[in-house]
Amino acid sequence: MSGTDHKPLLEVENLGIQLSTSRGPAQAVREVSFVLKRGETLGLVGESGCGKSITALALMGLLPESAGVSGSIKLDGNELVGLPDADYCKLRGNRISMIFQEPMTALNPMHTIGRQIAEPLRRHKNFSAAQARKEAIALLDRVGLPDAAGRVDAYPHQFSGGQRQRVTIAIALACQPDLLIADEPTTALDVTIQGQILDLIADLVTERGMAMILISHDLGVIAENVRRMMVMYGGTVVESGATDGVFSRMGHPYTQGLFRARPRLGAKKGTRLKTISGTVPELADLPIGCPFADRCPLVESRCRAALPAAIDVGGGHHVRCLRTDVSMAGPAEVLGA
Amino acid sequence: MSLFVLRRFLTLLATLAAASVIIFLVLDALPGNAAQMLMGADASPDAVRALAAKLGLDQPLAYRYAHWIAGMAVGDLGNSYAYGTSVAALIAERLLLSIPLALLSMAITVVLALTAGIYTAANHNRFGDVGVMSLTQVGIALPNFWFAILLILLFSVKLHWLAAGGFAGWDDGIWAGLRSLLLPAISLAVVQAAILARVTRSAVLDVLREDFVRTARAKGLSKRAVLWQHVLRNAMIPVMTVMGLQFANLLAGTIVIENVFYLPGLGRLIFQSIANRDLIVVRNCVMLLAAMVITVNFVVDVLYAVIDPRIKVQNL
Amino acid sequence: MSVPLRPSRATGFWSRALRHRSFVAGGALVLLVLGAALLSLAWTPWSAYDIDIAAKLKPPSSAHWLGTDVFGRDIVSLLLVGARATIAVGIIAVGIGLSFGVGLGLVAAAKKAWVEELIMRMSDFTFAFPAVLSAIMLAAAVGPGMVTSITAIGIFQIPTFVRVTRASANAIWSREFVLAARASGKGAFRITTEHVLPNILSVLIVQATIGFALAILAEAALSYLGLGTQPPQPSWGRMLNEAQTLLFQAPSLAVYPGVAIAIAVLGLNLLGDGLRDLLDPRLSRER
Repeated sequence: MSGTDHKPLLEVENLGIQLSTSRGPAQAVREVSFVLKRGETLGLVGESGCGKSITALALMGLLPESAGVSGSIKLDGNELVGLPDADYCKLRGNRISMIFQEPMTALNPMHTIGRQIAEPLRRHKNFSAAQARKEAIALLDRVGLPDAAGRVDAYPHQFSGGQRQRVTIAIALACQPDLLIADEPTTALDVTIQGQILDLIADLVTERGMAMILISHDLGVIAENVRRMMVMYGGTVVESGATDGVFSRMGHPYTQGLFRARPRLGAKKGTRLKTISGTVPELADLPIGCPFADRCPLVESRCRAALPAAIDVGGGHHVRCLRTDVSMAGPAEVLGA
Repeated sequence: MSLFVLRRFLTLLATLAAASVIIFLVLDALPGNAAQMLMGADASPDAVRALAAKLGLDQPLAYRYAHWIAGMAVGDLGNSYAYGTSVAALIAERLLLSIPLALLSMAITVVLALTAGIYTAANHNRFGDVGVMSLTQVGIALPNFWFAILLILLFSVKLHWLAAGGFAGWDDGIWAGLRSLLLPAISLAVVQAAILARVTRSAVLDVLREDFVRTARAKGLSKRAVLWQHVLRNAMIPVMTVMGLQFANLLAGTIVIENVFYLPGLGRLIFQSIANRDLIVVRNCVMLLAAMVITVNFVVDVLYAVIDPRIKVQNL
Repeated sequence: MSVPLRPSRATGFWSRALRHRSFVAGGALVLLVLGAALLSLAWTPWSAYDIDIAAKLKPPSSAHWLGTDVFGRDIVSLLLVGARATIAVGIIAVGIGLSFGVGLGLVAAAKKAWVEELIMRMSDFTFAFPAVLSAIMLAAAVGPGMVTSITAIGIFQIPTFVRVTRASANAIWSREFVLAARASGKGAFRITTEHVLPNILSVLIVQATIGFALAILAEAALSYLGLGTQPPQPSWGRMLNEAQTLLFQAPSLAVYPGVAIAIAVLGLNLLGDGLRDLLDPRLSRER
């Protein structure tokens, strides 16, 4: 259970994903690069449509057949892009696992939860039915489902949303994967349950030394659960670095806008909520240059010419902006709009 | 679960009762004087009255209805007006053909439709899908009796492989009998299969879009494993609904097809009886057919509860 | 399921429609059949009723384009006039299904509880009696004929319309603008006529074309059995019956009427698919 392995677990280099939409091919993701070591936690934050879920699906090899993937994804040095599905199947649920946003529809209503947890165990680890069932009960217990032995033969519709999410976590962790991808795991749950589930995930990740990629649109969730973070907009990573570092010194105007847009407790009555003007561009309409250009208060003509390169602003903190000289000049609140 | 089945069973009985009332009203109350019709317009009123008394047609409607229902309980359906023989015996003899025919054609339908439906869904939007879908589009437009005639044209007239009609009977062995049922069963099956294939394909595609399919893939199941272990059971629900509904069409089709191939089954019996004004036979045959349809739908309802764990809880 | 509030603007609809393959192909076939029926009212190459034994069972020639039948009647003329029975039965039967079915369905959606339950039970029950079976009963009771088959087919169409109407109407009833109308005191009848009905029209149109296709198939089967359109009125189904007895002598006679039926039904199916796509894309699933 080493958290200090030198060789990285996951290396993503220049990942590009093209989707075919009703309006023609669209570059949904471009120039995404990052490295993840064993046991590391990485957050991926951005609004709907920014490409975070698609990136996650690409890591799992679950993109639709019509999608085109360019660049490289290496798991322990082995290239995943272009891997035949039969080989990818051996990795999914085994070395890499994923949990999704909607627990209410994530489980097959016709199978017991015990069977659904046992499935990856029987498939990847060749457990017998009895062994798998025993392990399933243990897992259910570990994820905090009361009376695990009694409920292992129950059906999904007999559980609440929060409980179903615990079941999907149990499924994801059954084969002790090296990497867990959690795509908005708590967004569809009641606020009171969200904290419990996030704590559960955090505990399990630490306990098993897994690497984790946590996707969320909620800055608060990111701030509390991951060591490093990436901010995505318009299909590309606009800012990345250690969570503490990014939050204390935001470089990209989008990140600053996001942070400013959070409603503040204690603000004076009548204070207008701050927004980022404009709307998120559609995938098929993404510009060649910086995707945030149309909404950026600091935009210049050279921003639209080409996608800005990611600039290292110190300590592994990268910002994909040509105007970091201005954006990082003073305290974040200074900038207008 | 047993409460659910009990409730459905009571509904079944109520529906059967209602069906019997309707059938009785249409066939016994509506036509007016059945004895008159049997004897013809120029028979003497005395002869008509005598026949009416002999057949029990002069009794009040409610009494005749009750008599019929009571008779059903002991298997006595009365005697044919035209032949005087037991209706029950007549029907039983004909069923020996109609039931194997229906079963054979259902089997062919299911095999064809499920294969085509699953194949096209798995190869969605590729050439196999488009090709088979076009075939089914034509298939559902064909009248089944015309397809039967075309089959006769090909296999009897041109190729001389099979007889153009008639039933060899079961006395010469099962194969001889089945051979004469082959073309009829195929003509019944093809149109039904076209419809069912489309429904199957649509149901499978719908299920493939569900979130739990993505979860299953994320666990490392291959596309084939996902299809067979996760998708099919879920897709069977709408498919079974349609199969149950199709049963009524199957029976209606059997009537038509038996006439095309001159098969001495239930369908031909009904027709001959109409021509003979033998209303008691018609009444019992129609009741039997309606009862079969209603029962099949009941069975489908119960099967839902067996397959889908959510239903037991909802319907208590 | 939600339905658009406004009907599509006429011009926009037609420009999309004419580019939709299913709609165009189906429409063309349906117009062909309609045209045949209408044409037959004014002109047919020969009389479809006159018997001319001397000219019986002739092969296709310049005089008789598809030949003659066993009574010497011209096949083309028979097909043209036969289209009339097909269309008439189809339209009237669907009309019966629509008027009663939609009416009952709207009532079922507007009232709740026992009225709805009763209507649904009755319509489920009617499913047990396919058109052929009802036609048989009616024929036994009152004799065969076009009216018998129309009645039987029409009655059998009703439950489908009830089901479809009720399902769509229920969806509209739970929409917010209806709740608002109810809150402002509008009665069920006005809500039904002003809000519900216009919004479910597209569903009903699609269902009507499907019903028409099924009615044509049922009419053909009934005529084949001798329970439908009676001689001397030509009908495609009966033509097939007559052709069957002569299968060894004149096989092609068994082909033409069947092709006619298939064309009519195929056309309506394609038209229905096209309409479903065009009128409410949310109705159409991936095909």
